[in-house]
Amino acid sequence: MTDMAAEPNQLAAMPADQGIHMTDKAKRRLKARYAAERRFRLIGMAAILFSLAALAVLLFTILGNGFTAFRQTHVQLEIQFEPDQIAPVGTTDTAKLMQGNYGALITKSLQQRFPEASSRSNRRALEALMSAGAEVQLARMVADDPSLLGQTRKVWLPAHSNVDVFVKGQVDTTAAEADRRIKDNQLGWINALKATGDLELRFNTRFFTGADSREPELVGVWGGVVGSFYTLLVTLAVAFPLGIMAAIYLEEFAPKNRWTEIIEVNINNLAAVPSIVYGLLGLAVFIGFFGMPRSAPFVGGLVLALMSLPVIIIAARAALRAVPPSIRQAALGLGASPLQAVLHHVLPLAMPGILTGTIIAMAHALGETAPLLMIGMVAFIVDVPATPVDAATVLPVQIFMWADSAERGFVEKTSAAIIVLLVFLLLMNLAAILLRKKFERRW
Amino acid sequence: MRFDVNTKALLVAGMTAVAALAASDAALAQAARDQIRVVGSSTVYPFTTTVAERFSQTGSFKAPIVESTGTGGGMKLFCGGVGTQHPDMTNASRRITKSEFEQCAANGVKEIVEIKVGFDGLSVAMKKGGQKVNLKREEIWLALAAKVPVNGQLADNPYKTWKQINPSLPDWKIEVMGPPPTSGTRDSFVELVMDVGCKKFPEINAITDSKARSAACGKIREDGAFIEAGENDNLIVQRLASGQTGLMGVFGYSFLEENMDKLQGVLVDGVEADFETISSGKYPVSRPLFVYAKKAHIGVVPGIKEFMAEYVSDRSMGEGGYLEKKGLVAMPKAELQKVRSEVTGLVNLAM
Repeated sequence: MTDMAAEPNQLAAMPADQGIHMTDKAKRRLKARYAAERRFRLIGMAAILFSLAALAVLLFTILGNGFTAFRQTHVQLEIQFEPDQIAPVGTTDTAKLMQGNYGALITKSLQQRFPEASSRSNRRALEALMSAGAEVQLARMVADDPSLLGQTRKVWLPAHSNVDVFVKGQVDTTAAEADRRIKDNQLGWINALKATGDLELRFNTRFFTGADSREPELVGVWGGVVGSFYTLLVTLAVAFPLGIMAAIYLEEFAPKNRWTEIIEVNINNLAAVPSIVYGLLGLAVFIGFFGMPRSAPFVGGLVLALMSLPVIIIAARAALRAVPPSIRQAALGLGASPLQAVLHHVLPLAMPGILTGTIIAMAHALGETAPLLMIGMVAFIVDVPATPVDAATVLPVQIFMWADSAERGFVEKTSAAIIVLLVFLLLMNLAAILLRKKFERRW
Repeated sequence: MRFDVNTKALLVAGMTAVAALAASDAALAQAARDQIRVVGSSTVYPFTTTVAERFSQTGSFKAPIVESTGTGGGMKLFCGGVGTQHPDMTNASRRITKSEFEQCAANGVKEIVEIKVGFDGLSVAMKKGGQKVNLKREEIWLALAAKVPVNGQLADNPYKTWKQINPSLPDWKIEVMGPPPTSGTRDSFVELVMDVGCKKFPEINAITDSKARSAACGKIREDGAFIEAGENDNLIVQRLASGQTGLMGVFGYSFLEENMDKLQGVLVDGVEADFETISSGKYPVSRPLFVYAKKAHIGVVPGIKEFMAEYVSDRSMGEGGYLEKKGLVAMPKAELQKVRSEVTGLVNLAM
């Protein structure tokens, strides 16, 4: 600009066919502008590549670490269900059957397999191969089918997590014996079991049906999945109707004055409030004032509903605003009341947008841990919750707690739980996209 | 008119929702609890949860719910009062303080049973393979304190390598990863290492004001030599294993024990951290762990007595018990006997 203004004489002296855009200076400027655009594109592409690479690294590590958790080391043992150790043949009382000395059955079976391990320390080392859950599994088997008493069966039982990470090569198998959790004698037994096909990696059903445990080989995500389900159910049941009603009123009926403006600003602000604040609010109001139980998905759902309410209201208002005014005017012109116009014509047309916003808010709520910390949902809970008021955790909390555990076996379980969470998030986002594609209307 | 019906329906729906909410509150608040609730320290959490799981597998009770709230937060909840809305037990990585005890009593929690669980060692560890080093606590203090004596005056910590502190130590850069100030582990580290180490220096002992002295002892340098690594000890383990030789970390002994194939402990005052040295008290950086139970809840919430009995039983706390496999350092036999008889006899804690 400045140099053009500074050289008016030169411009006038130029031949007619060249013009202002053909001077050397203009050509240089043009070149610089194209270069700037190319640079901008390159930077943009680099930004996308960078985020893609970050995502790829994340997925790669998680999948790499987590996939092994879907298979678990099991050992096949020939178990004699001796009535001496459990209960007399014919007993059907479950409580009595559960109390049998199943550990002794496992030890005996192992010793029959490896008679050379007779000393006290060797026997301990032999017992250490098996998970504590093996006894419980046998007890459940007998409780379910008391006719097993006195019989002999071949049973696949879970191995201890130390054996599992060793077999999967997740610990340094070449370290000196003193630094290994699996000693040389145990290594010999593992190899012997492997050779006869009695030790193998089997599909880890427990991971999908069980709840939390202190033993990495026994943990499952089902408790967290059910807890997340109940929590989101309550969140949806509270936040969805409230959010839609608030949005309809604000968008279609409320007068535009100072009060509604204040409310609008506040809703936008609330959407940006850190989630831990909602947890504190839930602790004070729901648990402190109303006396609701700690750790219950019901309370967690209410807290997350408060958290997702502003997001749903904003999404719903945007969707309602996107419906052309001509629809309303046509309805009103045909004699519909304002409420009829909204409920019969505007709301159905806005629904895909509202649902998309709601699903994204729900997906956000699914990944939330901070507010749940305050209301006691970060807890060790062994039982799968049966109702929304039973104590429960949610999936992300489960991940957080496993990541903090000392046992090596939890590393892969943490990643596997992240995979499960990602699958759920992916499904929810996919549902949002499908809804939008299927019902979207363009005017 | 349609319009009216819809408004009414909406109103009714709204009212019903509010009423249902209020009703469920009342129902929830009154429901008796059939599960024990435990809160408190994250250090004791792995042990209490293990006992809780075993307890539910064998007994006829539901598994206790264990929350990890930190020792202080747990005490606050525990001492909140008597009644099923308050927890029955709390985990603590230190003994209950006098003021907490009085706070408890003021809220009606007068009878408390103390269960000493065992010990937790704080280990200083580094990547396997380097030279085995022995650090005295005063050397650790010199390496990590914010201000150290230089020519008789307290000045900003000038030490960059361990060799500068003691010529017999290797020439490694001082880099120690440890927990943030919010962590109970950090409190223990300051109390057991820093506060003891600093007493060896006349310049510190010359400070007469006890508050200023403890600040001078416990303040950790912030120039990058001490790296706050967050609450997740696994993160420290991973960074040590992939880092350079000489990078050290401070965390609970169970994490060292679990990762012996990657890490090695640093000797503190010439003692290696292991089950024996921690249990006997030879290893200087160890602390006792406790669980406190509310006597008033026995008989109200089912299973408390049985849970405590399981906690102190031989198969959990004893030698070779399942807690030892989780990294708990058990008490010597005589002490265990004493604790067991006190707990099963429900002896009140007195302060």
